[in-house]
Amino acid sequence: MSYEVYTCTLESQKEIAPNIVEAWVVNAELAAKAKPGQFLHIQCGDATSMPLRRPISICDVQGDRVCFIYEVKGRGTKSLQQQYGELDILGPVGNGFTVDNGKYKCPAVIGGGIGVYPMLFLTKQLKGAVAYIGFRNKDLVTLEDEFNKAADSVTLTTDDGSYGVAGFALEELKKDCETKQFDIIYACGPKGMLRAVKAFAEGAGIPCQLSLEERMGCGIGACLTCSCETTHEGTDKYKRVCRNGPVFWSEEVVL
Amino acid sequence: MNMKVKIAGVELNNPIIAASGTFGFGHEYGELYDLNEVGAISVKGLTKAPRAGNPPPRITETPGGVLNSVGLQNPGVDAFIEKEIPFLRQYSCKIIANMAGSTFEDYCEMAEKLSAVDVDMLEMNISCPNVKAGGAAFGTNPDTVFEITKTVRKYAKLPLIVKLSPNVSDITETAKAAEAGGADALSLINTLTGMAIDIKTKRPILANVIGGLSGPCVKPVALRMVHQVYNSVNLPIIGMGGISNGTDAVEFFLAGSAAVQVGTANFTDPYACVRIRDELKEYMKAENIANVSDLTGQLIVD
Ligand SMILES: Cc1cc2nc3c(=O)[nH]c(=O)nc-3n(C[C@H](O)[C@H](O)[C@H](O)COP(=O)(O)OP(=O)(O)OC[C@H]3O[C@@H](n4cnc5c(N)ncnc54)[C@H](O)[C@@H]3O)c2cc1C
Ligand SMILES: Cc1cc2nc3c(=O)[nH]c(=O)nc-3n(C[C@H](O)[C@H](O)[C@H](O)COP(=O)(O)O)c2cc1C
Ligand code: FES
Repeated sequence: MSYEVYTCTLESQKEIAPNIVEAWVVNAELAAKAKPGQFLHIQCGDATSMPLRRPISICDVQGDRVCFIYEVKGRGTKSLQQQYGELDILGPVGNGFTVDNGKYKCPAVIGGGIGVYPMLFLTKQLKGAVAYIGFRNKDLVTLEDEFNKAADSVTLTTDDGSYGVAGFALEELKKDCETKQFDIIYACGPKGMLRAVKAFAEGAGIPCQLSLEERMGCGIGACLTCSCETTHEGTDKYKRVCRNGPVFWSEEVVL
Repeated sequence: MNMKVKIAGVELNNPIIAASGTFGFGHEYGELYDLNEVGAISVKGLTKAPRAGNPPPRITETPGGVLNSVGLQNPGVDAFIEKEIPFLRQYSCKIIANMAGSTFEDYCEMAEKLSAVDVDMLEMNISCPNVKAGGAAFGTNPDTVFEITKTVRKYAKLPLIVKLSPNVSDITETAKAAEAGGADALSLINTLTGMAIDIKTKRPILANVIGGLSGPCVKPVALRMVHQVYNSVNLPIIGMGGISNGTDAVEFFLAGSAAVQVGTANFTDPYACVRIRDELKEYMKAENIANVSDLTGQLIVD
């Protein structure tokens, strides 16, 4: 069995950018099982007022410690920021990225906004990754050093040009395609970005994996609330982001 | 301590039933614990033909509750019979086949098919708020509830549970209609219709606009309805609506439930069914109650 409910020691929580919190939890089993692209389904506070867990991607694993980074948005993440002591985590859940050691010689990794965080764990497990990470502005830039260590090369962009290259990360990836022969593209980010990555990768004939987001209930595949549209017909038209995903091959999904 | 209960002649190892739509066909929760631990599983609502369901988003949280608009995504009754029954039959928990239809004929055909296979009970969902045709429309009019129960009764060779909608002005009327139509048991409540709005986008959060509300916030409504129905019919009641711990379960027994279903609580705590059973046992031990069935309807109103 892959996932389990773990009571994890919440080692630290730190605001690393405005409204962006980096959290580390300690649990040896969870850390041992975690794979890039998988997520944690976290109880963020009082369960009677918040019956749903919140899905947050695994950002990094070091020994028996697991890191996740989240944006403080609504009730759940606001409450999560106030937690200390222990955290109730269901995980690791989901179907992560296909790493296939050695199969891909020249992988491109692209993350946008909160979609940057899960890409660090992936990048660390790839050989020769070329990373593109995009943020809205300078204040929101995080994990720059970590990516520099993990990837062969890193291109950092900001939408407003306040840091790094001005513009979207995908544009930089596209430019590099003239000189580099990417054999896979891994992506996570806002829907608009994923749509553009999908269109580009399919046009260029590069295999591409996308990590999707959807609102979730159970987190393990039982309730069918987290559906995303696929290119399949009939009852396979909608697949479960929590179990069949969150990572899908681009051709399989309709965005 | 005796946790066994008998509902319409079917004996359950314990009175905790996984609620339809929250537990799939048991595979996922079965990876976490032994499904022999639950009394029964009410499977995801089945339709005559496979259904793809509604577009996403299909779920969101509201204070103390959950809104969903899955829209009965399921593989259809035939695939259930072929693929899911053999899996569930490995366990001692009873199988409740939950049916949803758009026409009387849909229900009759499913009831006939399911009566010929190895399931234990039929649960007729005439209260699903998330489909356009049939669904809730059948469950809100007492005359229709009577007619559909009477019609489906002829095809159902297994105990027939009618699942009642809370979206009515007087639930005792639909309860009595189901009883008069020949139901063997009643289950209540299904979800209350509701909606949520995102003020930034000025759009409803659920793609279906309207969804069904469940979870802790509906418990007082559900409890009141179980109480009223218990006082107006002579059928066993399977109570549900926001049960998330042993105390909640005890309240539903006192109000008149013979067994309870646990739905949304599975999302909060994947072990909810087992935990609630154990907490119920603790209460029985502390109160010196030998049979869980002795709790049913023991509410004292001075
Ligand atoms: C697989 C996956 C991985 C994710 N990884 C990260 C991550 O690493 N870092 C990060 O900051 N965020 C991540 N998210 C998004 C995160 O789950 C939401 O921002 C969070 O649930 C918002 O909760 P809230 O209570 O603060 O917001 P509210 O808007 O109050 O939440 C209300 C309900 O809607 C759900 N919801 C709202 N927005 C989203 C969303 N974008 N995706 C899914 N559910 C949502 C909530 O879970 C909750 O049930 C991920 C989402 C998914 C599906
Ligand atoms: C995601 C979800 C899906 C559901 N699907 C069904 C269904 O297919 N058939 C049905 O009869 N009830 C369905 N229900 C209703 C539940 O079985 C139950 O009646 C209701 O949620 C109240 O109980 P709870 O508060 O314990 O969840 C669903 C509920 C949820 C939350
Ligand atoms: S969240 Fe329940 S099936 Fe994905």
